Amino acid sequence: MSLNGLIMIATDTERELEFQAKIDRGEVIEPKDWMPERYRKQLIRMMSQHAHSEVVGMLPEGNWITRAPSLARKAILLAKVQDEGGHGLYIYSAAETLGIDRGEMIDQLHTGKAKYSSIFNYPTLNWADIGAIGWLVDGAAIVNQTALAKCSYGPYSRAMIRICKEENFHHKQGYQMLAYMMRGTKEQQEMAQDSMNRFWWPALMMFGPSDTDSPNSAELMRWKVKLYSNDDLRQRFIDRTVPQAEAIGLVIPDPKLKFNETTRHYEHGEIDWQEFKNVVSGNGPCNRERLRARVKADADGKWVRDAAEAYAKKHMN
Amino acid sequence: MNTNLEKNNALFEYLLRLGDTSLILGHRIAEWCGHAPILEEDIALTNISLDHIGQARLLLDYAGKIEGKGRNEDTLAYHRDARQFRNLLMAEQPNGDFGDTMVRQFLVSVYNFPLYSALSKSADAELAAIAAKSVKEVAYHVRHSSDWLIRLGDGTTESHEKVQQSINDLLIYVDDFFNGDEVDALLVGQNIAPDLNAIRALWNETVQLTMVKAGLVIPQVNSAMRTGSRKGNHTEYLGYILAEMQFLPRAYPDAEWL
Repeated sequence: MSLNGLIMIATDTERELEFQAKIDRGEVIEPKDWMPERYRKQLIRMMSQHAHSEVVGMLPEGNWITRAPSLARKAILLAKVQDEGGHGLYIYSAAETLGIDRGEMIDQLHTGKAKYSSIFNYPTLNWADIGAIGWLVDGAAIVNQTALAKCSYGPYSRAMIRICKEENFHHKQGYQMLAYMMRGTKEQQEMAQDSMNRFWWPALMMFGPSDTDSPNSAELMRWKVKLYSNDDLRQRFIDRTVPQAEAIGLVIPDPKLKFNETTRHYEHGEIDWQEFKNVVSGNGPCNRERLRARVKADADGKWVRDAAEAYAKKHMN
Repeated sequence: MNTNLEKNNALFEYLLRLGDTSLILGHRIAEWCGHAPILEEDIALTNISLDHIGQARLLLDYAGKIEGKGRNEDTLAYHRDARQFRNLLMAEQPNGDFGDTMVRQFLVSVYNFPLYSALSKSADAELAAIAAKSVKEVAYHVRHSSDWLIRLGDGTTESHEKVQQSINDLLIYVDDFFNGDEVDALLVGQNIAPDLNAIRALWNETVQLTMVKAGLVIPQVNSAMRTGSRKGNHTEYLGYILAEMQFLPRAYPDAEWL
């Protein structure tokens, strides 16, 4: 190795130490700051996965817009889905500050290289699922995202602050919708409970594998990309959600769930990690449909994007 | 004859025509959700759909009040059959490809803009207020859809051919916009609704101008123009839209959903 090469290595190590010191001091990393390649890659992975989740998430919810049972509910759902699309756009833009463009991220989604939240691989089978997604899925997302709002990467942290405001609104609307159904007819109550039964465990899985089995955790916590462990966040979600369920008469589908008076936390039954692994690896109930829908939309829309580009080129001056 | 009753009946019909067009077009656009050519369009289309649903709510709610039989926006939307719907035939046409959807939106929005502008000065204060609110949204719909028409018309050879075909296909539903009847005549007479001839002239002007910019042509329509929406004579598509839209309130008639 040449002398110059050695000096480069030394400089990179110094930079890395300075980078870590900066993070330890609680400073925020901005796009033009030096950052380790691995930090950049991890953030691209997380942020693109997050953006993809917002966009794929439009599918299970969009599934019920045309069947919303009142015009008020239809308007609420349309506004929510529009918000999710906006979040996707916002996070893609934030991720682009790391030197990757949206097209490349979308290609990674379509080829299966990038993931999206597994929760959207579950089907929306009844109208109450729209409430459950707002309350449980957005509720879990808020717990995650409130933590991410304090993360070390400036553009991501700022995006989370803004997005959390809208997600909080969705969370309340979802809960209100289920509360309303639980005061309704027997059929409506059954719908709501059925939805709870199907979405509870997948919502808990949204926090990712247990700390003992989370490959990226240690590094991400050192870089303050992640501030709390998966299990801590999951616990926060459970503690917050169980009393809400009880207040409207929904039963949590976990016979082992109980409040521990000493720890002041709920204890829960074992999560089916095999199911989690299956869904993550592409074998959930809707993985194929979701991805195919996205790939098809992209392919069907190519002539439109090409036309817009051709038009822009012709009229550049 | 009770002229006030006549006026109310006409106004009720008229509000259904406006409200149903918004509702059914909003429904169609919502079908795009998550399937648009680019994320920005997913957002724009859900937004336009939301505008239409919002307009439908105001118009149908007011229609229910004018009718005075206790029906509200939801009873009107969810508990009428296809023959009682008064939306323009254009609104219920399938989405087709993105060009078809944009042409449909453009043709309706260019009709809605002068219509709602005129209605914002209606002698009926409530209708005027609804129209004044809606026309701001319609202005955006015109801009958005005409921008796309121009981009597609003046984009690639493929997009030009496709969007020209969309125009050729959808033009047969345009006469239906302007095919006024005794309801229109009565409300025009009372300064509640505008004269459709004036709206048609403005519609023609904007469409011609946009076509020139887009390098597209208005073809001679050889097949018969389809009309009939004012009397509830629809295309076959509406029944399927309603089957989907009305399913829950019909299946659970005792349930309330807010």
